[in-house]
Amino acid sequence: MMQDMLVIGGRSFNSRLMVGTGKFSSPSTMKDALAASGAEIVTVALRRVELENPDDDILSHIDLGRYLLLPNTSGARDAEEAVRLARLARAAGCEPWVKLEVTPDPYYLLPDPVETLKAAEILVKDGFTVLPYINADPVLAKRLQEIGTATVMPLGAPIGTNRGVRTREQIEIIIEQATVPVVVDAGLGAPSHAAEAMEMGADAVLVNTAIAVSNNPSLMAMAFKKAVEAGREAYLAGIPEKSLRAQASSPLTGFLRE
Amino acid sequence: MKVTINGKEQEVSGIKSVRDLLDHLGLDCSKVAVEVNSCVIKKDEYDQTAISHGDVVEIVRFVGGG
Repeated sequence: MMQDMLVIGGRSFNSRLMVGTGKFSSPSTMKDALAASGAEIVTVALRRVELENPDDDILSHIDLGRYLLLPNTSGARDAEEAVRLARLARAAGCEPWVKLEVTPDPYYLLPDPVETLKAAEILVKDGFTVLPYINADPVLAKRLQEIGTATVMPLGAPIGTNRGVRTREQIEIIIEQATVPVVVDAGLGAPSHAAEAMEMGADAVLVNTAIAVSNNPSLMAMAFKKAVEAGREAYLAGIPEKSLRAQASSPLTGFLRE
Repeated sequence: MKVTINGKEQEVSGIKSVRDLLDHLGLDCSKVAVEVNSCVIKKDEYDQTAISHGDVVEIVRFVGGG
């Protein structure tokens, strides 16, 4: 098969599975799971340093030669806070890539479309490669790609809910209209969900909770890796049309009764 | 002088620059990002960025996240 690379912001990646680094029981568990996932892009968050515990540092457990660090703007309630976080991440020494999330609602953590668009405009102008986390809204996805975001990242279901691709029909429209990679982010709770997104034609998926909180994160990371690859290959191969009536797979001639 | 660091007012002395403040707090400059009065400070500006009485400083670092 020809090499099938994921290209985001001019960079090529072999893996179509991005992995989040939250909720792991220990740094070593996270490190092993990242390795098992085959991911090349991993997300991190920015928070205030705990002055009483200054040595706690996740970067010492992430090989920056191997993974592209994708800082998110989680915790931002509006565009201004998101822009501030993105600029802080860049100042911390990251490449100017950002997973833009603006989630003012604490119960469903649904992204605010107006503030996300506003922040994306500012960050794109400021030279960032912007990967916006959005609700599965095809119109918003178009607006974002028009202003120059590197991807769109529609949610399958709210963050951490493990409910799968509940926004299927909207994501299908987003994929159909996309001129940038579509990364299904949030809510993917099982490898089959990831495979479903990839079979639909998503360019990549982002998974955190389902891997991090499983009893065996490395094994689950490997399962997601296979599911993403399987879904991608099925999409490339072309999934046949559905029909209501049975279509025999065995010949309909030469029966014994004839 | 009094400086607000990550939302907490603290009394510090002998501190002139962002670099001094990070050293005083025992923080590794390479692993954090700093804002002074809502202005992001680049790493190569830590030495020349002054800290004065009443400044509001935010110091952040990366943590696990999705």
